[in-house]
Amino acid sequence: MRSATYPPTRKRVVNMIMLSLTGICALLVVSVLIFVLGYLFINGALSLNWNFFTKLPVPVGENGGGMANALVGTGKLLLLASAIGVPIGLFGGIYLAEFASSRTASFVRYTTDLLNGVPSIVMGIFVYTLVVLPMHHFSTYAGGIALGIMMIPIALRSTEEFLRAVPRALREGAMSLGASKSQTIRTVVVPAAIHGIATGIMLDLARVAGETAPLLFTSFNNQYWSPGWNQPSASLPVVIFNYAISPYEDWHRQAWAAGFVLLSGVLLTNIIARFILSRRTHLAGS
Amino acid sequence: MGSSTVTPADAGNSRNLGAPKNFMERVRKGDEVAYLITFMAALSIVLITALLAQHLWANSALSRHKFGWSFVTSKIWNPVLGDFGALPFIYGTLVTSVIGLLIAVPIGIGAAIFLSELAPKKVSNFLTFLIELLAAVPSVIFGLIGIFVLVPILKTVVPVLTSHLSFIPILSGTFFGYSFLTAGIVLAIMIVPFIVSISREVLLAVPNSQREAMMALGATKWDVTWLAVIPYAQKGIIGSIFLALARALGETMAVTMVIGNVPEIHASILSPGYTIASVIANEFTEATEDIYLHALIEMALVLFVLSMIVNAAARLLMLTTGIREVRE
Repeated sequence: MRSATYPPTRKRVVNMIMLSLTGICALLVVSVLIFVLGYLFINGALSLNWNFFTKLPVPVGENGGGMANALVGTGKLLLLASAIGVPIGLFGGIYLAEFASSRTASFVRYTTDLLNGVPSIVMGIFVYTLVVLPMHHFSTYAGGIALGIMMIPIALRSTEEFLRAVPRALREGAMSLGASKSQTIRTVVVPAAIHGIATGIMLDLARVAGETAPLLFTSFNNQYWSPGWNQPSASLPVVIFNYAISPYEDWHRQAWAAGFVLLSGVLLTNIIARFILSRRTHLAGS
Repeated sequence: MGSSTVTPADAGNSRNLGAPKNFMERVRKGDEVAYLITFMAALSIVLITALLAQHLWANSALSRHKFGWSFVTSKIWNPVLGDFGALPFIYGTLVTSVIGLLIAVPIGIGAAIFLSELAPKKVSNFLTFLIELLAAVPSVIFGLIGIFVLVPILKTVVPVLTSHLSFIPILSGTFFGYSFLTAGIVLAIMIVPFIVSISREVLLAVPNSQREAMMALGATKWDVTWLAVIPYAQKGIIGSIFLALARALGETMAVTMVIGNVPEIHASILSPGYTIASVIANEFTEATEDIYLHALIEMALVLFVLSMIVNAAARLLMLTTGIREVRE
């Protein structure tokens, strides 16, 4: 029997149109990504030169110069951020997965989600009132603290997720050999999940590396090498912002170059981390 | 969560299995120390969040006392005279977010339907990977693209499209490139990956029996999707939209770079405006007087409360669908 009577032609046409539309939507979203990447890579790569990595910015009006100080500044900020975000996220995640009762766990989890939902500019204001106001000046410390707090939620949630995925049999095996709870966690559970935890933290770092708003009034900016951790520091995202809204042609060129460097770093980290993750889950599933 | 995972209750049981009864022995073996260290870490998160709310509240006291509720209803923003009203900024934040959603929601859900219902698994996974990469692009990069690519394009396209439509209030006025519309488009690009990736996951979680029952009746693929799959996944999809909205409200850099930064309320989406996040970013370092500083911190408080409400609504919706993990 042919199915010519049902569905009727009208339904077939609607079907065709709507399904094609969903395909067009998907294509549109992907092409936006390709457009953004393509534009940035072409423009950025053309603007990039060796001076960018080795020279300091030059005064307004002169051409040339680079962003060596901003590159180092971003590195220092990320170092500080990991020093705060990684231990709190890691230990907090261990607490949630291994120690907490389910009521405490859901309360901490809820607070973490709350903290994660705080807009980045609000985080900047918070750290300003917390660190910059008492110290009376902007500093690299303040910027690192802002980024560090922003790292905590994701570090914690990914640590908890990967610890929970460790099979129960592993824990029981260790305990049946007489290991205490903390020995089990230290020598069996965490090592079994360490790849996942590490990639989670990599992704987390890539996310905060591009944050601009929390740095505007914490680490501020600096034309020169930052004289110390206690002083304002340049950072790639803030310099991109300042250069992009300036009226100078050569600064625009450098903003593109900096954007290219920042985006390459962020996307490369993402691709590597996701590759590692997909391979691990594949192994676990087989 | 598979059956092999350990719930907190299970973990509690297995702790009792191996744990020595004696407190001193537990201390020596490190259990109490480990508990204390990890508990402190978890506690510090609660403390930081509480401290954040307290600091925003305490450091906006001057402005809260002086202006009261008129802070959110007044549209005068004059730092020189010390008059501060947040309405133009709240308006700008809401308008740009709504424009962003109007563009991103249909496209995002369409793409999610394609990825979950039509595309072969490998293609779907690859495209989702690409779309999630788009979510990783820092906001300042979108601002860069916005200023140097989107604004020039819109400047040539929009006047042609709207030249005969200027009798409509929301499309009236002269267009300079920097506007609510520009900011809304940039926001749409930034939030669409979240809508796609969460909606896709929600759609994939719809049981196949839901589809098969309707297919057995001879329905077309679209009818199955529209009448059997989407209603089932409705709450999760709305949750994803709320999450996207929360992000759009707090988005700072990209919007600041393309909205024009004029604290005025206009019906036309072609005119320049200002948002809460943008005014904080632009004026905070210039705020030398205490009342000015406190007014800006009160803005941050308003933004904080707004995004907390939207986030809570999103989480409530996601909870009911059983999608626990909300990825950033």
